[in-house]
Amino acid sequence: MPAFPRTATSARPSWRAWSFLQGFQSGDEVAHGLSFAAAASVILITAFLALELYRNSVLTREKFGWAFLFTKVWDPVAGQFGALPFIYGTVVSSAVALSIAIPLGVGAAIFLAELAPARLSAVLTFLIELLAAVPSVIFGLLGIFILVPVLRAAEPILRGVLGWAPLFQGPFYGVSLLSGGVVLAIMIVPFIISISREVILTVPGDQREAALALGATRWETTWKVVVPNARKGITGSVFLALARSLGETMAVTMVIGNDPKINASLFAPGYSIAAVIANEFTEATGDLYPSALIELGLVLFGLTIIINGMARLLVESTMSKGSA
Amino acid sequence: MKSFHNTRRKVVNVVMLSLTGVCTLIAAGTLVFILSYLFIHGVRSLNWEFLTKLPTPVGETGGGMANAIIGSAKLLFLAMVVGIPIGFLGGVYLAEFAGTTTSFVLRYTTDLLNGVPSIVIGIFAYTLIVLPQHHFSTFAGGVALGIMMIPIAVRSSAEFLRAVPGSLREGAMALGASKTKALLTVVIPAAKNGIMTGILLNLARVAGETAPLLFTSFSNRYWSPGWDQPTAALPVMIFTYAVAPYDDWHQQAWSAGFVLLALVLAVNITARLILSKRGPVAH
Repeated sequence: MPAFPRTATSARPSWRAWSFLQGFQSGDEVAHGLSFAAAASVILITAFLALELYRNSVLTREKFGWAFLFTKVWDPVAGQFGALPFIYGTVVSSAVALSIAIPLGVGAAIFLAELAPARLSAVLTFLIELLAAVPSVIFGLLGIFILVPVLRAAEPILRGVLGWAPLFQGPFYGVSLLSGGVVLAIMIVPFIISISREVILTVPGDQREAALALGATRWETTWKVVVPNARKGITGSVFLALARSLGETMAVTMVIGNDPKINASLFAPGYSIAAVIANEFTEATGDLYPSALIELGLVLFGLTIIINGMARLLVESTMSKGSA
Repeated sequence: MKSFHNTRRKVVNVVMLSLTGVCTLIAAGTLVFILSYLFIHGVRSLNWEFLTKLPTPVGETGGGMANAIIGSAKLLFLAMVVGIPIGFLGGVYLAEFAGTTTSFVLRYTTDLLNGVPSIVIGIFAYTLIVLPQHHFSTFAGGVALGIMMIPIAVRSSAEFLRAVPGSLREGAMALGASKTKALLTVVIPAAKNGIMTGILLNLARVAGETAPLLFTSFSNRYWSPGWDQPTAALPVMIFTYAVAPYDDWHQQAWSAGFVLLALVLAVNITARLILSKRGPVAH
């Protein structure tokens, strides 16, 4: 290899050209360029996705403006499009899902991280993480044929216990906001468990020992010391689960009832943003109808970006604090 | 009074700790229940005909989903062609070349893309391919699944490349290898198994995706030759058959569900067993 003096003068053009060529020969420039192109295309694809959603929903955005989000008439025949029933259905079914999945998930995470022997914990965590790999359409299948009949059988009990609340009024046909929420709960619980468990495991051992040494019971140690320490990460896992449940399509479509009405009762059928896109997109004729559905897609996109972003911030801040 | 207080604390301790155990049992039990139920119901009507025949017209019993199985395989092949090169090379860039800022931007974008609901990816592929072409196609469905693979392919490739010890890299470079040569001959081979398993897990994940296919590859009751026609796919068939009002269609939906879940879980279990011996698990 020719020995070039590595001095300040080495920055002169001929050296630069030579060094570029040398890099080219060894493939460094090619590898750098090629992998950079791939990385750039990931960013371009994401930007283009947002742009396409925005561009293709221009008709309804201009016609209805912000009112699109706050009106509740969805009548494709009359050309009236209001997204409120779908936003309502999405939010309520996710809220039901969270109210079931948070206690269940955090409880299981505590058990797996604090109580279970390592072997047992590993096996159970493995099983629960497999649950996250089950395709959504299979949850829908089980939802239709098992969950809905089970809920119908359980209806008198639910009515007996909670019938005084406005949430549990009116006739119950099985497919409902409640069924959608329960299916979602089962689908998001593995996320809450696996992330919360990891976060709880990062809480330093001396925190527990200190509490135990002061005479706290095992539960008091966990609930008053360990969980508050892991609070941020657990909240993050909840946000991640929420983002997933907002965008979840197939399982919800199959059990939520697909009725664009706003009903206070969880027993009533509802409709979610993702479900209406799934059901109506291929039949959407004309110009306005597809544009309305794509605008719903844009709303969903915006919602999940915001919630995912918050989740990442929370999870990453605890994870890095824990490892520091 | 004091002893009462302490008894109460002990009772709360036992009750709450048992409750956390119950939570775990419910979560893990759900999976066991899903598996056994699908197995029992799926195997019952799973036969040779299901795997080799086309769907029959409504009202006629028998028939199968051979076209959907082949359709899914073709969609996954396309998804790999689209998703793996971009994902893997993007991962190489993230692990080997990116500076602090580019690394942050890239990680942020992959997280963002990964969080986009699958139905929205479907809309994207629709406006990108179906709309200009004026027809549904295997190609459009494959691209939709491919886009879904990209963010996880980037992150898992990068994670496994980073897990390769620096000393290996330095050793290669000390012997005079260029950065690229070190990558190609030392680093990537060392990370190969992890990267391949990551890709398998990624494939298993998109294999079950239904929403992005609904208005890209659509559906088809017949064979779909080539790449330019609508095609049936297993997850879409499960959806269509499950919401239809015919009993024998429900039976077929169970069988299809069983086949799909068996494939997805088999890949997941093998991949996780391999990874657990090797350290980092990519999410």
